[in-house]
Amino acid sequence: MEVIFRISGNILISCIKGEVDHHSAMPLRQAIDKSMKAFDCSDLILDFSGVEFMDSSGIGVVLGRYKKLNKSGGRICISGCSKYIEKVLGMAGVFSIVPKANDFDSAVAVITGQEQISMEV
Amino acid sequence: MNNVMKTEFSALAENEAFARAVAAAFVMPLDPTVEELTEIKTAVSEAVSNSIIHGYEGCADRNEAKVIMECTISDGGKLVITIEDNGVGIGDVEKAMEPMFSTGDSEERSGMGFTVMESFTDRLKVRSEIGKGTTVIMTKYLDIISGI
Repeated sequence: MEVIFRISGNILISCIKGEVDHHSAMPLRQAIDKSMKAFDCSDLILDFSGVEFMDSSGIGVVLGRYKKLNKSGGRICISGCSKYIEKVLGMAGVFSIVPKANDFDSAVAVITGQEQISMEV
Repeated sequence: MNNVMKTEFSALAENEAFARAVAAAFVMPLDPTVEELTEIKTAVSEAVSNSIIHGYEGCADRNEAKVIMECTISDGGKLVITIEDNGVGIGDVEKAMEPMFSTGDSEERSGMGFTVMESFTDRLKVRSEIGKGTTVIMTKYLDIISGI
């Protein structure tokens, strides 16, 4: 597992690569939380386009970040989900509270309000 | 084609990747679709993670604590994956299998492990006894096109 961070304004874009499981979930969320603080970002994009494998640990990572940002008033968006990742996250109803975009550029537009948010209800 | 494989490994988180890779390699002769392979790997990952996180919760010697995985392929592409631990066991299996149910520790658990196993396999059976351990049996029928 590897995360590549990009910054766009106040948004931290986390491009996750490799396999997300119980073993890699802890270093993943620590890396994201640390970078949010270090770069003083208020909003977060989780990009899954480089993820080759993900089990339900990924749900915990998304919901954990959602809870944190919900408290601080930040926004979160998911991008780059394969059909399979969408299925796993969808099982827990993640998309009813976290919007998703095709790629991280569209996700930036969702967060900055330039694009209508599409959410499953 | 009938085939059996059994492997035993320490209850260490790094072995989750090992277990799903082994299961995936074992079913390769059946020529599974990418989707089937992903589903098998995910279901194995969930079951093994459960044994490591919950089965052996608070276990001091993780090298001695073992998870056993057995895979059986029988005629017609029937794959049976059994994941067994000798851990603490589950008191209320029905409750544990409810979606979003988690023992509620601080580790950001989703409580979706059994739900994912159920969705990605055709049959899921869980046997557990307090103090003895838990066995998860997953059955999946792979779509085999014979005669080609």
